[in-house]
Amino acid sequence: MELRKNYFADVRKDGLNEIGQPRPRLDSPGHVTGKTAYFADRNFPDMLHLKMVRSPHHHARIRSIDTSAAEKHPGVVKILTAKDVPHNVYTILILIQIGPEDETVLADGKVRWKGEAVVAVLAETERAAQEAAAKVKVDYEVLPAVFDMEEALKPGAPLVNEYHGQNHYLYDSGECRKVRFGDVEAGFAGADHILEQSYQSSPIEHAPTETTGCVVAPEGNDRFTCYTNTQAMFFTLDNTSIILQMPGSKLHFVGGTVGGGFGGKVDVIVEPIAILGAKLTGRPVCFIYSREEEMQISSPRAAEKVVIKDGVMKDGRIVARKVTGYTDAGAYSRHSPYGAQKGAAHYPGPYTIPNVWIDTYCVYTNRTPSSAMRGFGVTIGDFALEVQMDKLARLIGMDPLEFRFVNAYRDGDMKAHRQPTEGAALIECMQEASRAANWPVAEEFMAMSSYTKGA
Amino acid sequence: MTLALQTFSTVKDANAALQAAGTRYLGGGTLVVRAANEGDISVSSLVRVTETSLQAIAVSGGEARLGASVTMAAIARHPELAALAPAARAVGGPAIRNMATVGGNLFAPAPYGDFTVALLALDAIIVTEDSEVPIQTFLAGRDASRAIVTGITFVLPRAESFRFLKVSRVKPKGVSVLSIATHLQRAADGTVTSARIALGCMADRPMRARATEKALLGCKLTAEEIAPALAAAGEGTSPITDPVASAWYRNEVLPVHLGRLLLA
Amino acid sequence: MAKVPVQFTLNGAEKAEFVDSGTTLLHALRDKIGDTSPKGGCHQGTCGACSVIIDGELRLSCLTLAETCNGAEIRTTSGLAEAGVLHPLQRAFLDAFATQCGFCTPGMIMAAKVLLDHTPNPSREEVVEALSSNICRCTGYEPIIQAVLRAARANSQNAA
Repeated sequence: MELRKNYFADVRKDGLNEIGQPRPRLDSPGHVTGKTAYFADRNFPDMLHLKMVRSPHHHARIRSIDTSAAEKHPGVVKILTAKDVPHNVYTILILIQIGPEDETVLADGKVRWKGEAVVAVLAETERAAQEAAAKVKVDYEVLPAVFDMEEALKPGAPLVNEYHGQNHYLYDSGECRKVRFGDVEAGFAGADHILEQSYQSSPIEHAPTETTGCVVAPEGNDRFTCYTNTQAMFFTLDNTSIILQMPGSKLHFVGGTVGGGFGGKVDVIVEPIAILGAKLTGRPVCFIYSREEEMQISSPRAAEKVVIKDGVMKDGRIVARKVTGYTDAGAYSRHSPYGAQKGAAHYPGPYTIPNVWIDTYCVYTNRTPSSAMRGFGVTIGDFALEVQMDKLARLIGMDPLEFRFVNAYRDGDMKAHRQPTEGAALIECMQEASRAANWPVAEEFMAMSSYTKGA
Repeated sequence: MTLALQTFSTVKDANAALQAAGTRYLGGGTLVVRAANEGDISVSSLVRVTETSLQAIAVSGGEARLGASVTMAAIARHPELAALAPAARAVGGPAIRNMATVGGNLFAPAPYGDFTVALLALDAIIVTEDSEVPIQTFLAGRDASRAIVTGITFVLPRAESFRFLKVSRVKPKGVSVLSIATHLQRAADGTVTSARIALGCMADRPMRARATEKALLGCKLTAEEIAPALAAAGEGTSPITDPVASAWYRNEVLPVHLGRLLLA
Repeated sequence: MAKVPVQFTLNGAEKAEFVDSGTTLLHALRDKIGDTSPKGGCHQGTCGACSVIIDGELRLSCLTLAETCNGAEIRTTSGLAEAGVLHPLQRAFLDAFATQCGFCTPGMIMAAKVLLDHTPNPSREEVVEALSSNICRCTGYEPIIQAVLRAARANSQNAA
């Protein structure tokens, strides 16, 4: 690796001990010897296996649940339904005051997506749990479902989630997150060209090699130790405390070793129900997603739709940008209201645009709830923005890299959120990219600096 | 009910045990153990046979006989089965090939079962304890089959007459978009005199491309002459739709890949 | 529930256990014998995290029934280091930064070991093919491929 020292030479410190030096990873010796302890490497005598009975429908009312045959199945120790969960309706981000509570640990009266957890079966063996799960009878009345965000926002669409009352998240700013900067309509009126395009993406599954799960052991002192691969240890502990109405001091979470997460293990799904199972049976419990559950049940990255309208001048300046973003939360919020909010913050891109209007909606549909994944709320937006930038450059006949130099933000520029830009390095990154990719740009751009404001 | 394994030393005894409800035959385990692991509670008993003849490969007089328990790895490394090595190597990665058997491959639902596509183009004979059935008949009735396959026989193709292609999206190994095996006899001037073409993933199990086979007769392998045969490739297909590809996509790309294989 | 005896050698040591009939080798190794180095990533033969070496061949322990392994010689990644000294493959995985979350690592090392046992100086293509039963979701494979090539070079230098 080559360190280019000509950029930001005035603030660069040389003689650093760590930066630029390869250092062995601390966890690698455990990995190569097979000694690293993942949650599923904990094994306890008399451990019970938890299997979930899941909704086969995208949207349905539950008329009745009959667990009597399953309870009699050999090896079954306990069967849990909604009434067994002390605080069954929750939402993860309630910890940072982002409500309302909108999701059930076990479905109560209604299912809102195909795969939703309805009944938990705890048995001596995985096989017994699977067999008993097949004997649970749930009587459903199938309801109309909605899978498309724009359909969901239309009047008369099936209501996905009664806890919200409408098929979008209600921010304190209203039906969407909003950014208003300058006068976008005046910007369009004065632009040489207008380009409006729409971009969309499908849900993406993280597919970690280690599936989501936990192993819970009841301790002698009325505490529960939960070995988990959560990526959000204290979020999970605190939410579990709320769901089980159990003081946090009764919960001991052990984790930090995750067999691939990528954001897919930040939801609070397996731990509360497994701990409840351990509490009600007094026995260790493991709840580990099968590969199919990992792919179908765990939250994916949200599907998104991004509509971008830009006004651009012949000389390359973007003078107005209007973005409408839609984030498909699926049936429940999880982290998606936050993802949509991040999108609102991100859509101007790393460019200085004098007139900006952004609306981002977090939409509820009867799809699998989505949640965090590497740069959620941002990654799909970047795809859309940069494709749009290439299209704009082509529209005015400008080199796409030079077009980005013209618009790149620099220190002192006012961003659409009214934060002055500090510590920008986009100009320098693009200068180096131009060299490394052998994609030359005009000398005036190679002479630019993030320190000095553009003309 | 739990899952239990019964081991028999003869096919005869195992066949008797296999008649019980919920019983499946255990070959390499890549289909039935997977099903059990994934919660298929219809399987409660597995039967296996330790007879060594099931693992034998015999080649003589231009004919090959593979015991049903012969693995993909064994086929891939056998010097006299070189023509089939590409098809055997197309199945899974090294670990799967060390386990997956030729007998089991006959039962693999699409998108699996690539090796069976090769066997179908060779018009193999499927041998059980008391019957010998052409592969196409066998495949049509495989869901109801309760007799253990003991072996597969076929006439070894001359290397230049047999071609195999598996199309995947992931390199170096992925699940099939489709697979194609062609077995062509040609006259001295290159004219096709007989053709057997088998397709994988173009139905729920490997199938013959009858219309293409017919249209190829009398053709030389040039882009112009094979065009009608390629145009007929989709006749009678009903491809699977899975996360790898839709039925529409499979039908669209079949003539493209078939053309490349024929002209290679 | 019918228990059946299984007996094999694991990394050179005799092991005997009673397991439920139909138990996979993966469960027998992890839950009964206590060798948790093979991992259960998919239980369907796709990910390779459970790879072990049985009688010199790479196998998936999640699809292998324990009772079919009687008398077998089984090797796992936990038994590779000798007297605390890392095997060249383990050393190479460390040095080439070929681990990230580590979940695929024991299976990758098993697949690589079988390759180098039979092909001490593999080509890059042979390494790629040998690892094609094993899925890594973190590193993007390149450091793993480089680690196997590095281990092969280290072996041939030691032999010279």
